[in-house]
Parts: sequence; C-alpha cells; structure tokens
Amino acid sequence: MSGGPGRALVLALPAAWMLLFFAAPFAIVLSIGFAEPAEGIPPFTPPWRVGEDGAIALRPNLANFALLLEDPFYAEAALRSLRVAAISATLCLLIGYPMALAIARAPEGWRNTLLMLVVLPFWTSFLLRVTAWIGLLQDQGWINGALLGVGLIEAPLTLLYTDLAMYLGITYCYLPFMVLPLYAALSKLDPALLDAASDLGARPWRAFLHVTLPLSLPGVVAGFLLVFIPAVGEFVIPELLGGPGAQLIGRVLWTEFFQNRDWPLASALAVVLLLVLVVPIAAFQSRAARDAPR
Amino acid sequence: MRRLGRLLVPLGFGFAFLYLPILLMAVFSFNDSRLVTSFTGLSLRWYAALWRNEALVEAALLSLRIAAVSATMATILGTLAGFALARFGRFRGRGAFAGMMAAPLVMPEVITGLSLLLLFVALEQAFGFPAGRGATTVAIAHATFGAAYVAVVVQARLRDFDMSLEEAAADLGARPWQVFRLVTLPLILPGVAAGWLLAFTLSLDDLVIASFVSGPGASTLPMVVFSSVRLGLTPDLYALATITVVVVALVLGLALRLGGGPPRG
Repeated sequence: MSGGPGRALVLALPAAWMLLFFAAPFAIVLSIGFAEPAEGIPPFTPPWRVGEDGAIALRPNLANFALLLEDPFYAEAALRSLRVAAISATLCLLIGYPMALAIARAPEGWRNTLLMLVVLPFWTSFLLRVTAWIGLLQDQGWINGALLGVGLIEAPLTLLYTDLAMYLGITYCYLPFMVLPLYAALSKLDPALLDAASDLGARPWRAFLHVTLPLSLPGVVAGFLLVFIPAVGEFVIPELLGGPGAQLIGRVLWTEFFQNRDWPLASALAVVLLLVLVVPIAAFQSRAARDAPR
Repeated sequence: MRRLGRLLVPLGFGFAFLYLPILLMAVFSFNDSRLVTSFTGLSLRWYAALWRNEALVEAALLSLRIAAVSATMATILGTLAGFALARFGRFRGRGAFAGMMAAPLVMPEVITGLSLLLLFVALEQAFGFPAGRGATTVAIAHATFGAAYVAVVVQARLRDFDMSLEEAAADLGARPWQVFRLVTLPLILPGVAAGWLLAFTLSLDDLVIASFVSGPGASTLPMVVFSSVRLGLTPDLYALATITVVVVALVLGLALRLGGGPPRG
C-alpha cells in the first residue's frame, strides 16, 4: 500500500488519543510529585507560581522524594513488591509451562477448546475470583472444613491474610497471561525437530532441554514480563488476601492517596514505581515493537 | 497411552487449580445457609437477595453502560492502531507508536489510575472539561487501555492472512478506503468483534482505575463489590460470580462457534 494523507489520518486518531490519555499524564504525575500537599480540592499546591507579570517560577518541593528515600518503609515496600512479583511469575511459569506444552501437543481438534478453558476464567470477574479464594482459605472456609472433616487437623489453620494466600491469589489471577504467550511460542515449534533429536538418540528429557526449552524462550520471557510487571504494582490481591505485613508498593500508593489524601506523595511513589519498572517495561515494549510487519 | 497420560497430568492439575474455586463458588451460591461452609440445602435466596440489592443493580447498570461506550471507543482506536501497525510497514515513529500502544497492557493499574486522575484534574482546571468526574472519565480511561488490547487482537488477525487480497483489490482499481471497507474489514471482523468483547469485559472488571478516576455518585459494580467484600463475605457475591461465569461461558462458546478460534492475546 502506498503512503499518503489516508495513512496519516488512520494514525492520527489513536496516536493523539494515546499521547493525551496515556503519555501526557505521566508528565503531570512527575510534576505533582514535586508539589506540596495542601488543604483543598485538589489537595496540593502546584510546584510553580505565576507571578504578577505572568512569568512562571518553578518552586519544586523535594520533600516527597526525600521522604521516600529516607524512610526505609518505602524501600522495603518496593523490594517486597519486586520479590512477590518475581515469585508469583515463577509460580505461574511452573504451572503454566506444562499446561501450554500439553495444549500445544494435544490433538489439533482439542486445542481451541483447551485454550478457551484457560482464557475463560480471565474473562470472568477478577474480583469475584479473588472472593472465591477467601471462601477457600478463611478459618471457616472450604479447605479448613475439608481438613477438619477428614480429621487431619484439630483446629483450623490460618490460611487467609498470609503471604501464601497472596501468592496463590496472584498466581491464580495471572496464570492465563503466562499460558497464552507460552502456547504461542510452543505451537510454532516444528515437531520434526523433536523427531530429529530422538533419531539422533536424545532421550525425551534431553530433547526438551536442548530443543523445546530454548526455542520457547521468547514465550517464557513474554509471559514472565506480562505477569511480573503488573504484579509489582498489584493492589487488590494483597489487600484482600495478604496480611497486614504485605505492604506492597501498590498498596502503599493506594493508602497514601485514598486514606491520607496525600496526592503529591502518591505521585512521587508512582514515579518511583515507574523507575523501578522502566527496564522490564522497555523490554516488553521493544518486543512489541519488534513484531515488525513482513 | 503414555503420551496421553503425560498430557493429562499437567492439564488436570492446571484446570483443577483454575476451576475448583469457581465450581465451589457456584455450588455454594445455591446454599440455603448463610454460612459459606456447610451446605444445608438448595435455595435461590441469594439470587433473590442480589436482585433486591438496589445499590448493586444500579452499579451493574452503570458498569454495563460504561463498558458498552468505552469498548466501542476502544474498538475504533484499537482497530486503526492495529491496522497501522500491521500494514504500514516501517514508518517514522513506528517504534514509539508501537511502544505506546503496548505499554497499557502491562502498566500497573495504580499508575494508570493516578496519572489519568491528575490529567482530568488538570484539564478541568485549564479548560473546564471534563466537569467533575464520573461515568465520562471512567469511560475515557477504559477506552484507553481497551484500545491497547484491541490493537493486539486486530494486529494478530491481520497477520494471519497475507496482503495479496488487498493488493488484488488495489490492482483492480479499488481506492484505499474501498479496499479497507470491502476486503480488509470483513476479513478482520471476527478479530474486531473479539477485541470489542475483550474491551467490554476489561471495562466491566476494572476496579483500580475506576476507583481513581470516578467521582461521587458514580460507583461501578467492582467498586461496590470491593467495599462489600471488605465488610465480609456473603453468599450473594457467589451468586453474582456464578451468573457472570455462566454468561461469559455462553458468550465465549458462541463466539468460538461463529468466529472459529479463541481470541489470542
């Protein structure tokens, strides 16, 4: 297709929309990060003053970022978030890889149905799926009920509001994001390669290690990033399933914003969270951009 | 046989993990007891309770309205973007554009929500629009991340068939717009429909972004559910979940039948 004004028109609408509603807001977050909290609506004074002659003088307030650096609470929350996201993504990989492999190797006619079964929970309400885990894990929940009923335990185990519950919840909710890119990579794999490996005397396990696994690595990376990045800022699951000690950065930001109404500090936290994630997000974006057309 | 066994173990485990919680929830939504553990008898009382919960019904209607509007906006934006990414070859700024379309897929929701709220506040101060926050601001926010998902689905669909059909139409004298309307659009229509459904579902499901950008008097369904889960679990939420799962399964099954393939992410 040739270039021309038509192409510019097609591009203009989505590009303008995303610039206004996705890119521009980050600049505003950055500037509010340097604002001072104040009484009123909105609850901050901007980091600049307009003089009588109309000149704008910058008055950046560094206290928000200084607080984030000085108070170890925030650094710990950031580190904890990274650890939780990494563990959850690994759990998703451990459960999701065998599933994706099995779907890719299943008879042709089953694959679409199996994939749909993986995706279906993702299409239902995320919040209500987390609710199901509360039912499973609470003291009078289904798991404790079953264990008490069989006589394996005498008193209910504390399962809800623990790290275990949080990991289960995150893994459960993000699993489809792992399985789909893994399946995409594994289904492209030419079965002739495995036949060749076995003809050359490789046992199935070796063939997997030297053929299947390396060829599926792009899927592993994509799946890991798709789970890891949003999980770092996750708010709902730690809030509903995790314990009071699970102060992750997303939850801290939420509290600063909604409970403490400290918009500047919440903005500064968002900036820090974005800085922490800039490398993985750039990796994800360059993968998306590299999907160049033929 | 051993091959089949090796397939069944990971799938069995994975699907049990995915579906057991949902299944238990569905069973206990028909429980007569208020306790969520012991099953005392079949009853539809929680479905009736759901129906009588005015705040919930009102929130559900608002969420459906927002989802329909935002999914439609997202589909227009995302289809244009997906088309540009799949068909325009290498153009200046393609990397930045592709990155900007992909970033909302992974951006933590708290960041998206907070930054959009601050944008709306700044816009209101500067231009008086949007005046206050509510359904409109939520719909704009949802259209933005929905567009990213639609773009992925449409792009994948466009990559599935080659350009020769479009080239043939152009050779036969069709103008670019005619090529798009008569050849490309009918071919990608299943992808566009899947994208709309995806954007619709994501909008219905969003709690975090809506909590930031919504205003007083405009509580969406997830916002109402979240505050009631925080107060304590009641079986009417199980009833709501069961209805959601059944509706989604029916729609997806139908889409699979008509569209010949699940939406790919």
